Amino acid sequence: MGMTMTQKILAKSSGQKSVTPGMLISAKVDMVLGNDITAPVAIKEFEKIGAENVFDTEKIALVPDHFTPNKDIKSAEQVKLMRNFARKMGIKHFFEIGQMGVEHALLPELGLVTAGDLVIGADSHTCTYGALGAFSTGVGSTDMAAAMVTGEVWLKVPEAIKFNLIGKPGEWVSGKDIILHIIGLIGVDGALYKSMEFTGDGLEFLTMDDRFTIANMAIEAGAKNGIFEVDDETLKYIAERSSKPYEVFTADSDAEYVNEMTIDISKLKPTVALPHLPENTRTVDELDDIPIDQVVIGSCTNGRIEDMRIAAKVLAGRKVHKNVRCIIIPATQNVWKQCMKEGLFDIFIDAGCAVSTPTCGPCLGGHMGILAEGERAVSTTNRNFVGRMGHVKSEVYLASPAVAAASAVTGKISSPESLMD
Amino acid sequence: MNYIGNVIKYGDNIDTDVIIPARYLNTSDPKELAKHCMEDIDKSFVTRVKDGDILVGGFNFGCGSSREHAPIAIKASGISCVIAKSFARIFYRNSINIGLPIIECPECVDETNEGDKLKVDLENGTIINYSNGKTYKTTAFPEFIQDIIKSGGLMNHIKSKK
Repeated sequence: MGMTMTQKILAKSSGQKSVTPGMLISAKVDMVLGNDITAPVAIKEFEKIGAENVFDTEKIALVPDHFTPNKDIKSAEQVKLMRNFARKMGIKHFFEIGQMGVEHALLPELGLVTAGDLVIGADSHTCTYGALGAFSTGVGSTDMAAAMVTGEVWLKVPEAIKFNLIGKPGEWVSGKDIILHIIGLIGVDGALYKSMEFTGDGLEFLTMDDRFTIANMAIEAGAKNGIFEVDDETLKYIAERSSKPYEVFTADSDAEYVNEMTIDISKLKPTVALPHLPENTRTVDELDDIPIDQVVIGSCTNGRIEDMRIAAKVLAGRKVHKNVRCIIIPATQNVWKQCMKEGLFDIFIDAGCAVSTPTCGPCLGGHMGILAEGERAVSTTNRNFVGRMGHVKSEVYLASPAVAAASAVTGKISSPESLMD
Repeated sequence: MNYIGNVIKYGDNIDTDVIIPARYLNTSDPKELAKHCMEDIDKSFVTRVKDGDILVGGFNFGCGSSREHAPIAIKASGISCVIAKSFARIFYRNSINIGLPIIECPECVDETNEGDKLKVDLENGTIINYSNGKTYKTTAFPEFIQDIIKSGGLMNHIKSKK
């Protein structure tokens, strides 16, 4: 029986010729990741069993990005524990404030993940690296601890759903609109335990940043991982950033999929997910006037340079509505620098936005933009659960950077097209 | 292992943000986390949960974040096991890894009400609902997973293999 991209990587990493869905395997990891919420729990577990060394000091990444720069004493203690552990163990990839970025934007940018890798991270959005043709999946802290000791992880080989993306998306349709549309179609458990494998001639119109956004939200459909077919765009991205060896895996022609869906991305429109589930999607033109209080543009989903450029394109020469706070968070120091170089910060500041140092902050209701009771935000983040960004009676609408920026200008959920008339 | 307890029941897509809101994740102390378990969906949970109670949910229980603090908070609140129609995959792994028993049984969930008394027998793969007199068959864990549970979680399992 043929194998999918995911199954081929799992076979390679578990030292087997082939694997089939449902098999439980122990696989070698190429990178183990943790953040300031999940790593402290993992470190305590690591120490509890008396482990003295990590399996490889260069295959662990510790990124304090959630509550940093630290918002309170308790969160500072958590990062201190991480920092001390990294120093004691000689872990190479610990990112202090100043080098730190939002983990899933940072690792690919630094070339720490590449095609064919098997990556686990104690963060659900670890699935982002599938954009590079890697197998990457979110796990918990104990899994992270175990992998730091053994260099291995237990996994069940997943079935797969194939998404054949065709056509060229319209000007204001991005990776975010595509993945929101897909989650709206299949639901928040539509890909539960499965791989989402993306292929098709539409890929050539998707930037790497679009693909990162799509793979990033595979978890919001319940998927184990999302993975893209590697093409010239992927190889170019890798060549510019990584000296690590990579391996390209393609699905066999007789690979089995539990479902195959063709999505004509040329027909999609700017899409948002209404509270309180990412599957509650509507196109912007289906909505009545929905006034908003806050806009957040950033996160591991949409904090990359393309996202900043799109936001700037919409905000250029315009002003943020008087009733709206607009917070922009470039996801890494490199994205920050690039924004400065291109003059995007002038556009943001002139429009009346606040620009923050990299942090996950508001996405999970941590800091840097918490919502009060009854407030409503349009956010380029990935979850709109009850209480996600603050008060239990606040609301989050998930959208692309273009829609978020347009909404900041009008003060209500808006398509960028409406500004261009 | 047998667990006998009363049911606290919720619906579909119970996400990790309502199980333990991120604003409390600046600590990983199980007792502190338990104080805020389910707070954003049910403020009364922490006052009415009793040791041994059984949490019952619908589809996709534990969806969202990878925070292990979610099963930790549930376990520390006194819940003995969780029964749902299906689990989100990271929550599923995390529960097994920390030794919180979780069971998929859609039929049992459909026919179980808040306050019912259940007996869960993990080895035989059965759930008895004393309140409606029915017995449900559950799917047994694969051997590999059973070994982890028997060891008392993944880290003990690794230690025992060393």
